[in-house]
Amino acid sequence: MHYRHSDTVEAKVVPATAKILIAGGFGAGKTTMVGAISEIRPLRTEETLSDRGIGVDDVSGVDRKTTTTVAMDFGRITFRTDLTLYLFGTPGQERFWFMWDDLTVGAVGAVVLADTRRLADCFAAVDYFEHRATPFLVAVNCFDGASRYQPDDVRIALDLAPDTPVVLFDARQRESVKKVLVALVRHAITKISADPAYQGGPLRS
Amino acid sequence: MSVPKDRWLGRDAGPVVRPYAMTMGRTVPASGSYAGLTDVVTAAADWGNPADARLSRMHRRILSHCHQPTTVVDLASDLDLPVGVVRVLLGDLSQYGALRVATPPGGHVTDERLLRNVLDALQAL
Repeated sequence: MHYRHSDTVEAKVVPATAKILIAGGFGAGKTTMVGAISEIRPLRTEETLSDRGIGVDDVSGVDRKTTTTVAMDFGRITFRTDLTLYLFGTPGQERFWFMWDDLTVGAVGAVVLADTRRLADCFAAVDYFEHRATPFLVAVNCFDGASRYQPDDVRIALDLAPDTPVVLFDARQRESVKKVLVALVRHAITKISADPAYQGGPLRS
Repeated sequence: MSVPKDRWLGRDAGPVVRPYAMTMGRTVPASGSYAGLTDVVTAAADWGNPADARLSRMHRRILSHCHQPTTVVDLASDLDLPVGVVRVLLGDLSQYGALRVATPPGGHVTDERLLRNVLDALQAL
């Protein structure tokens, strides 16, 4: 087999990549938010069926089947040729938690989307990121007609740590989404500055 | 004989080959460790494709996409392959020395300089 190498000879800068997770319950606005600020790309993952899928994924008759295909999107913002930010909307259902572990490794942090009509939908995500010591903030998506709560009401309802930011925003508005991401990155920097030994969550095993 | 209207034809019928057939059934890379989703993959410029490197068509497709640095998720998206399959095939190519995978340190991003670069870039959007 012959390969052309002429186009690979010049020195290449390996771009820096950063990723942010967008978590929240079904219909909380994850895809809307990612689409408001970035180029959406489709992704297929063929993942191991965990026991959480039992009773949900119908595997009768195919009991040797141990993987399932999960379709998801991700967003990409190419700032410069040497810096790209990826946004991953994490599937909200608990049975996809095995994917969260994969997504959380090396992440800047997470935005937990809260819909005040169904606040309980984001309990799982809040627990997860607190347990992992992943920097996160709670962004309250203000849908038309959804009753507006003050950030402090949401903080109390979710029993958040005092330093966890809560912001109100509109997932459809690019500028609004930008502010949320800026607030998250600032929060992550504060976490690191406050504790120089801060190492985040567990290393990749 | 009538043909049902909702019959799936061509691409609509789904892949002809099950995804992990492309990896000969392997779901874990040969090295045992997975490339991260946003790890950057670059073809090795000086790789001579030795005779003992047995590349499939899909290995070659991946390699031809990596002449410019790209990430694991972008590769999977561009080639419309499941991430797990891409990771196994990348593991082979990496073992052959055909490409390099730049893996950032594990855990959360603790590089303040990178975070400040991201912050500046976001604010300038």
